[in-house]
Amino acid sequence: MRAVLPLAARHRFRIISNMGAANALGAARRTASLAAEMGLHLKVAAVRGDDVLDAVLAGGYRFEDTQMSVRELGDRIISANAYLGVESICAALRTGADVVLTGRAADPALFMAPLVHEFGWALDDWQRLGQGTVVGHLLECAGQITGGYFADPGYKQVPDLARLGFPIGVVDEDGGLVVTKVPGSGGRVTAATCKEQLLYEIHDPRRYYQPDVVADFSEVRIEEAGADRVRVTGGRGAPRTGTLKVSVGYADGYVGEGQISYGGPGAVERARLAIDIVRERLELTGVRMSEARFDLIGLDSLHGSRPSRQAADPYEVRVRVTGRTDSLAEAARIGNEVETLYTNGPAGGGGVSRHARDIVAVQSVLVPRDLVRTSVSTVEA
Amino acid sequence: MKLREIAHSRTGDKGDTSNISLIAYDAQHYPLLVRQVTAERVKAHFSELVRGDVTRYELPAIGALNFVLQRALGGGVTRSLALDAHGKSLSSALLDLEVADPDSSPRPR
Repeated sequence: MRAVLPLAARHRFRIISNMGAANALGAARRTASLAAEMGLHLKVAAVRGDDVLDAVLAGGYRFEDTQMSVRELGDRIISANAYLGVESICAALRTGADVVLTGRAADPALFMAPLVHEFGWALDDWQRLGQGTVVGHLLECAGQITGGYFADPGYKQVPDLARLGFPIGVVDEDGGLVVTKVPGSGGRVTAATCKEQLLYEIHDPRRYYQPDVVADFSEVRIEEAGADRVRVTGGRGAPRTGTLKVSVGYADGYVGEGQISYGGPGAVERARLAIDIVRERLELTGVRMSEARFDLIGLDSLHGSRPSRQAADPYEVRVRVTGRTDSLAEAARIGNEVETLYTNGPAGGGGVSRHARDIVAVQSVLVPRDLVRTSVSTVEA
Repeated sequence: MKLREIAHSRTGDKGDTSNISLIAYDAQHYPLLVRQVTAERVKAHFSELVRGDVTRYELPAIGALNFVLQRALGGGVTRSLALDAHGKSLSSALLDLEVADPDSSPRPR
């Protein structure tokens, strides 16, 4: 905020962000006081109401992925936040706020709200809201459309990634989008970078469920319109559903982990021996784990054991042992057994790292949208 | 040849579900992708990792396929014990898949 508030005041642009996180009003107050410190007169709005913990606890909801009952988690539940859409952000914009801060909001809505606000789109104009979702979806990961997370030397070249330019979306009143970036910045905007981002985190492209619309990406057209300029049109939409997605955070036990490396001739054999020893030690000493993994980083940690079965052994390999436990003390014992390999394991193991931590897991439920009541508070500096 | 020669890919995650796009560099290779990179092949390719169904969606307008892999991320990014809990590296595993090359016209570099 220190970096952007003076620019926003000087050039009279407005900022919309979900940086309010778990406390949008607190963030708005802090932003206003920062502005005041810098001698700026700004109005900051907080969008509230995404916290629906009480409603989720009162209802008989089940997680979408696992069908687990939310209520059965009892006091392990930490948070429940609904993904808000454009309505509450537009309400905040109508207060004249220079900065709008939300908690949990659908990422595309952060970008679509100013389009709805400026162009006066109706909230049942499903075609425009569908294309507006395309706009927001393409811009929401910043550098991921301007060549970030894209380079593959020899196949996909991207210049000057250390100075990656973030995207600029030029949008017309029908939602037609041109993606570009600041001239002279690093990265590239091409049809290929836009296609990768269009499908990022998408399941059925005909039904991308958003708070404001069910967007349809299946007929989207992507055309290069000059250097680092790509035109994107053809997003469509269908009426929104009666529910909103809610992320529920809950305490989910503890995870312990230890790693150690082996190199040179016989590295893989010594690493396999190390795993056998740790596995047996964890059993002998009675470390209680509900789930465990034994990885050889360099061989099988990312894509399973099949791909490396046809490849030559690597020069060096890193053992990774990790498991889920009911207590932090129990989790720490996993890393300890890896560290013990220094003196009691195979020859030449080095570079042990270990940690134990508590886990806050997140799963989602769908709740009726009328249970989610939003409001806007403003703070002036 | 490897898929990498004619297509590029990015992985996304939502909960325990992974999606992997497969995008032809050249639209003329899209029909080859549709014929050879079936949901069944992708499920077999990821059989060690994916416990649920694999669904394929076709996007001819941009010459791309989108694979959705259920129960693929060890319970989801927040609780998975995997090193790559998001499954972000899975796109590279998909590009390792072999496809038959009918006309051998290579992707422009």
